[in-house]
Parts: sequence; structure tokens; C-alpha cells
Amino acid sequence: MVQCRCFFRIKGEEALIVEIMDLIRALPGSVAQGLIWGIMAIGVYITYKLLDYADLSVDGSIGTGGAVAVVLMLGGMNPYLALLCATLAGALAGLVTGLFHTVFGIPAILSGILTQLGLYSVNMRIMGASNKAINVNQYDLLLSLREIPHAILVSVIFVAATIAVLYWFFGTEVGRAIRATGNNANMSRAQGINTNIMKVIGLVISNALVGLAGGLYAQYQGNADVNMGRGAIVIGLAAVIIGGVLFGKLFNNFALRLMGVVFGAILYFVVIAVVLWLGLETTDLKLISALIVALFLAIPYLKGKRAVRRVRKEA
Amino acid sequence: MLELKNVYKTFNANTINEKRALNGLSLKLEEGDFVTVIGGNGAGKSTMMNAIAGTWPLDEGQVLIDGQDVTKLPDYKRAAYLGRVFQDPMMGTAADMEIEENLAVAYRRGKTRGLGWGIRAKEREEYRELLKTLGLGLEDRLRSKVGLLSGGQRQALTLLMATLKKPKVLLLDEHTAALDPKTAAKVLEISDRIIAENHLTALMVTHNMKDAIAHGNRLIMMNNGEIILDIRGEEKQKLTVDDLLHQFSAASGSEFANDRALLS
Repeated sequence: MVQCRCFFRIKGEEALIVEIMDLIRALPGSVAQGLIWGIMAIGVYITYKLLDYADLSVDGSIGTGGAVAVVLMLGGMNPYLALLCATLAGALAGLVTGLFHTVFGIPAILSGILTQLGLYSVNMRIMGASNKAINVNQYDLLLSLREIPHAILVSVIFVAATIAVLYWFFGTEVGRAIRATGNNANMSRAQGINTNIMKVIGLVISNALVGLAGGLYAQYQGNADVNMGRGAIVIGLAAVIIGGVLFGKLFNNFALRLMGVVFGAILYFVVIAVVLWLGLETTDLKLISALIVALFLAIPYLKGKRAVRRVRKEA
Repeated sequence: MLELKNVYKTFNANTINEKRALNGLSLKLEEGDFVTVIGGNGAGKSTMMNAIAGTWPLDEGQVLIDGQDVTKLPDYKRAAYLGRVFQDPMMGTAADMEIEENLAVAYRRGKTRGLGWGIRAKEREEYRELLKTLGLGLEDRLRSKVGLLSGGQRQALTLLMATLKKPKVLLLDEHTAALDPKTAAKVLEISDRIIAENHLTALMVTHNMKDAIAHGNRLIMMNNGEIILDIRGEEKQKLTVDDLLHQFSAASGSEFANDRALLS
């Protein structure tokens, strides 16, 4: 039985205040997690929104990023350099998915699934175990959950840098060609754009960001785990969709939209903190995540259906 | 300028739905030719356009543009020489991108795209001037998303995008068929003007026989993947719809099978 701290249960006022304080204490951690996963969600935004490509490789590439960063740092590498390698490893994963799809003609979703599955073995090889811990006291980590305000500061800097670089990139000729490819491949080819190459570039950039997020998150939680990416795509989608539903009308500018995605990720982790506080188990989270994403995906569809019905009635 | 040599294309080969769409088609366009193309349903008009554009590989034959053999080039590489406008107004523009972004993407057709900024201030002025010539008020809406435009506006914009970098051949595939008559007439008028002003070589598929007669300097009629009629110059100017129908039955041995063409 799930133990539920429902409000209608009669309890002392003092006990309730203590419990609310518990929740408030948990929130900064949620913000830090949301910021790190926000970088990953921006990667999902690039494939899902800009390229119109549901890329499932991210479940694997976030683990690859974490594994590479942790193993290299355990070997004594500078943390920034290790993070760069994690990013490149993610990019490589994206390249594989892109080649599966464009060169071998494998459907988009299946290409991602194949990469994701293959990466499980790769990640095990990189770590030599299913989990590799890295201790913040012995190693020079960029951020850790032991010091959450500092972790928030570091991840804000990474988020800001990511958004700045992407804002520039998607304004360049290649960047606009990638957006055109996702928007209308037919028009893009008629305008001389090699849509296959654009898809591959998009996937590479997306998974590079996911690798970066994996490298940061592994440091934050003090270990890389072969299962750390399980369901990552759903968290990414949740952030993209929550960001779109809540801030889509407000933000028209590309940089602000990306910020909306990061807000979406933060909000997601806050919701999760509340759900945990209400007494659900961490193992219930995947179900909650799936339901949140299903709900937010359903809203625009059902809204559209209602609009159509209204138009029909009026006609 | 454009030459098709003995082109064959069969769809669904060796199945019950086998369809020979192009049957030894040959066609040569001189520089500055504006050719209208008519024909019944399934005559191979759109297939010919796709063969030129390189949508899929040919079974046999060659495509030459300005003397260069492009038969083996994929569509996005041939795009350097071709401007295209499609029947569906949604197909030629990117709905979620701004008007100026769409133009900027088209402005770079045939050029390697690099990491330079995607739109320069100087281009913007040029776009504004060009949009003004359409007379649709789009010059004040450079930053509007194309998805907000009407079908006619999108088609006019596609036309501008197709000719922004002067193409060696302009392909218009029933580009007014999805528009209401008034808008269709306007878009046709714009097409005429752009082709004349830039001395373009153009192929225009239409289902409207009157339009086919009224526009261009040459008319071809297709049937069963072949050209059965090729009329040009003065002879074309004297044509009537009745002439065309007679010529069609004489050349093909059957009635013209396209209700849309007869009713419009």
C-alpha cells in the first residue's frame, strides 16, 4: 500500500508545517536537476520540434555522456576536457542514428531504438561495470548535489551558453537549412538543400547536448549508471511539451523558446518532488512521467477536436 | 536549354498495378521558350516534371540542362538549375518560418550553405522590393510566418522563391489548380510577368486549355507518356479549344479524358 500524506488526514498543524518545510528544502535540488536535464531537453527540442524526428537514441547517449565523463575523470582528466569528450561521444551516437536513417533507410524511431539498445553494451564497456561512482571529496567535480546553490550556478552558466550558441547556429545558413528540412523537406530539396545531411547534423547536435547533460548529471549525482538514461526521452519530451504549452504563446523568439524548454524541465522536476513528497515511491515516477507526457500530448489534440466540432455546429 | 532524350519510367514494375508513365519521351526546349503542357489524366505531365526535377531515377533516357547531363544528379543538386512551383500551395514554402526566412533559404539555392548569418540586411531590402511587385501587401510582413498566408499568397511567394536565383528552367506544375479562379488568374499574371521580365525558359502544366493557349509561345499535348502534339509560334496563337480537342482525338484515336479541362 502506498502511504499517502493526504491533507484531509487529521494531523497537528505543526507536523504539517514540518512536512511543507521538507518539500521546500527539496526544491532547490529539483531546480538543479531541471537545469541539467533542461540541456538534454533542448537536445530533444532540436530533433522533436525542429527536425520533426522522434529520436529515441537519447536514452542511450545520456548514459554514454555520463560514463565517458566519469571514467575519464577517474583516470585523472581535467573535468572540462572530460565534459567535452562526453559531448563528442554523444555527438557520435547521434551520427550513428543519422546514418542508420539516411544511408540505410531505417525508419526514424527504429534507428533511435537500435542506437539506444547498442549503447547499453557500449556504456557497459566504457565503465566496465553497471555503475561507476566518483567522489566529490577526491575529485575536482564541476558540480555536486552536496552543494546545490553552486550546482545551480554552474548549470545556469551551461544552460545560458548552450542557448547562446544554438541561437547563433540556428540563425546561420546551415541552421536555417536544418529548420527548413524539418518544416518542409520537399521545399528544402527544391531549394537545393541536402535534407539527409541536415537531418544528420541535427541529430549530431542534439545528441551532443544530451551527452553534455549526461556528463553534468553524472557529476551532480556522483556516479554514472548504465540505467541513468532509461526513460530520458520521456523526461525530455515532457519538458519540451510543458515548455510549449505554458510558454509557447508568450515566447516567439527562438532563444526564449529554448528557455521555455528549460523552464519546462525545472517544472517537471518540481512536480516530481511534490509527487514524492505526497508519499509515492521513486519507482512510481516512470508511470507518473508517462502519464504527464500523455496528458500534455493529448491536450492540443483534444482542443483541436473540440474546435472542429464547434465549427461544424456553427456551419 | 532543356532536353529530354528518350525517357522511360514505369511505376510498380512487374506488379498488377504496373504503369508505364513515360514512354520514350523526348523534348527539347530552346532558351526563352515558355511551353504550356496539357493532357488527360495519367498522361504523364507531372511525371515528366518529376523526371526533370530528379525526384526518382529514370529507367532509361537522359536529361540535359544547358547541355549538361544531369541524369545521375539527385533532386537537391539539380535544384541549382531549376525553379519549381507545385500544385499544392503547402509544398513550396516552410509554414513555420518567416517570409524573409523562406526567401533567404531560396536565395541560397545552388550555393554551399555555411556558417554565415542566414539573412543579410541588404537582402531584406531586395526582398521588400520584390514582394512589392506582387501587389499582395507582403512587403510589410517580412517577419510573418508563412503559415499565416492564404494559398494564393503562398503560391505567389513560392513563385518568387523559384525565380529569386534565376533558374535555367522554371517548372510550374498545375500551380494555380488549387486556387479560386480570381486568385488563379492573379498568380498566372504574376507568372507571366516574372517569366517575361527575366527571359526565363519555362514549362507550365495546366488543366485549363484556355490558359494553355493564352500563355507561352509553345504548347505540347501529352498522352500515355508521350508528346502527341507540339504547336508553336503563330500556329499556337490561332488555336481554339475545339481545335485542340479535334487534334487530340486525331492524334490519340480517343476522346480527351479530363473533365476538369473540358469544364473549365
